Amino acid sequence: MSDIEKDYFEEITYRDALRLAMHDEMNENKNVIIMGEDVAKYGGAYGATKGLLDIFGENRVIDTPISEPSIIGASVGAAMTGLKPIAELMYVDFFGMSLDQIANQAAKIRYMFGGQTSVPMVLRAQGGTGRSGGAQHSQSLESWIMHIPGLYLVMPSKPCDAYHLLRKSIQLDDPVVFLEHKMLYNSKGSLDKKNIDAEFGKASIRLEGNDITIISYSRMVNIAEEAAIELKKSNINAEVIDLRSLNPLDKENIIKSVKKNKRALVVSEGHYTSSVASEITSIIFEHCFGDLLKPVIRYTAEDTPVPVAPNLEKESIPSMENIVNFSKKLME
Amino acid sequence: MLKKLSKKDYLKMYQCMLEIRRFEERAAQLYGMGHIGGFCHLYIGQEAVVVGILMTINNKDSVVTTYRDHGHMIARGLDPKKIMAELTGRTTGYSKGKGGSMHMFSKENNFFGGHGIVGAQVPIGTGIAFTLKYQKSKNICRTYIGDGAMNNGQVFESFNLASLWKLPVLYIIENNQYGMGTSVSRASAGSDLYKRGEAFHIPGEIVDGMNVFKVREAAYKAGNYVRKGNGPYILEVKTYRYRGHSMSDPAKYRSKKELDSYKTKDPIQIAHDEIIKKKVATLKDLEKINSEVISKVKDAAEYALKSPFPQEDDLYEDVYI
Ligand SMILES: Cc1ncc(C[n+]2csc(CCOP(=O)(O)OP(=O)(O)O)c2C)c(N)n1
Ligand SMILES: [Mg+2]
Repeated sequence: MSDIEKDYFEEITYRDALRLAMHDEMNENKNVIIMGEDVAKYGGAYGATKGLLDIFGENRVIDTPISEPSIIGASVGAAMTGLKPIAELMYVDFFGMSLDQIANQAAKIRYMFGGQTSVPMVLRAQGGTGRSGGAQHSQSLESWIMHIPGLYLVMPSKPCDAYHLLRKSIQLDDPVVFLEHKMLYNSKGSLDKKNIDAEFGKASIRLEGNDITIISYSRMVNIAEEAAIELKKSNINAEVIDLRSLNPLDKENIIKSVKKNKRALVVSEGHYTSSVASEITSIIFEHCFGDLLKPVIRYTAEDTPVPVAPNLEKESIPSMENIVNFSKKLME
Repeated sequence: MLKKLSKKDYLKMYQCMLEIRRFEERAAQLYGMGHIGGFCHLYIGQEAVVVGILMTINNKDSVVTTYRDHGHMIARGLDPKKIMAELTGRTTGYSKGKGGSMHMFSKENNFFGGHGIVGAQVPIGTGIAFTLKYQKSKNICRTYIGDGAMNNGQVFESFNLASLWKLPVLYIIENNQYGMGTSVSRASAGSDLYKRGEAFHIPGEIVDGMNVFKVREAAYKAGNYVRKGNGPYILEVKTYRYRGHSMSDPAKYRSKKELDSYKTKDPIQIAHDEIIKKKVATLKDLEKINSEVISKVKDAAEYALKSPFPQEDDLYEDVYI
């Protein structure tokens, strides 16, 4: 990491932005530690912690055995007693291995013990399709986390948000689940360390438009933006909202935009049923029912496990073409 | 008593190990060409483990293993065409192209899967053994475990159940020295992973996994113990993977010297030399086996690449929605 000293990057990858965020927090706070499988010597399965071992040493960047419940549980214990652990789960699919520590321990401790202690830790993990990883390595399980009170949930789509929101997550005094997407690590964007546009809990309006509101988060924001550009050719101006965090959820901006445009499409890579998209859709119906010209469309991954065959994998998740089609349908 | 090896046995072991190696080399090529995506965990270097064990095992026995499963399927005599088809995501593959490299399955052959979640196959194998006991079957379940997975809590819960209920399960730790980039010494407290069964009164031993003959002998003894209703047994088979953890791993965490030292103990070479030394077969015989294996693997690749991808509607098959 030769660019450590720089404050402004014309172009930086999502991966490097994350790495820089962890670096800068570790530099400022000696209680920040990183632990997870192959995070130190190997540099993380997706390379997000590469180089940090050399800078901060093995007391602070720690390779663990393949023991997910204990990685999270030990982070909870350390967090309750003054440290700021960043625990990495290699895949969100491994929530399955560690959900007790996430949902029953980390999320509950502050409340259940009358506010005497808190669990200031960050759980980083990555999910999503795109690499033929199959049913056990491609899921989008954010709705599991969103369902549990007591957990922040952050899912940035752009490098600059990845940087600022990860730093902010580390500074918070409660557990944060910070979810990356495996297809975003190589994506690029600018980063200004000094210009903190990414206010925690605020959505970002990526594109303004007066015809239809497309609400999304994580990788799907990029696909929605492509669709919005395509829609311009048909004279449809879509407003693309990037939620950035799901808890807190910026209801205010969702409602404001939908009330303005009266047509809404919610796009997510999670499943259709009982999902983040279901939640946003019901918020829109609750608050904008009288304004809507058409029922909201919820466009998500299919309610099937993720298959390996590349054609089926692609078919199982939302596509740019169908975002365009659904938008046109809303405009009819 | 363990039967003396016949010429046929010797050649079968040699052929099988070679077939795994050539198959995996071909898989690596297809991966490089973009025909295989996602994960692809090669078995090169570890061939003697599964082949030695299968020499003593009844085909009605069950097995569960990890994502590093292509070699296991070949050793089990399953069709390399359908294995390669699965690797390339084709509908003719063992899991209809939906499982891929990590998730091969053949119910008719009691092959209960390659499993992608580290450690998850261990309770499952234990449950399969439960069925076998419940049905008063004479068969056993082989349950493979990586060294890295030996730090996974559910493994110990399974050991406890299996010993408590005297289940017919043979746990085989494939200790290839690394779990991804982390060596056993950096991940596991204490030495000798099989000893972790001692607390549950499960006997076990270490086996030289580079030598197929030694694996066979140990597997015979262990298998007998389990088959007689004594409960579980643990074999810790010491082996080494020559390639990275999966195709995306350049394996920078270990030295070339270390890798080369294992290559001097290559399991296929050891079998080769033994066969020649004992005059079981000639160099020419072995060369012939090699060419047969090469053409079999070539056919498998051709079959796979000619096979169709699944159809759109297949997405909704085999799931309740
Ligand atoms: C629960 C879980 N944690 C982590 C992983 C990621 N992962 C896949 S394989 C692997 C290493 C496993 O090593 P080992 O058990 O020694 O088996 P080997 O790959 O050497 O055959 C890891 C960490 C996973 N698939 N599942
Ligand atoms: Mg291993």
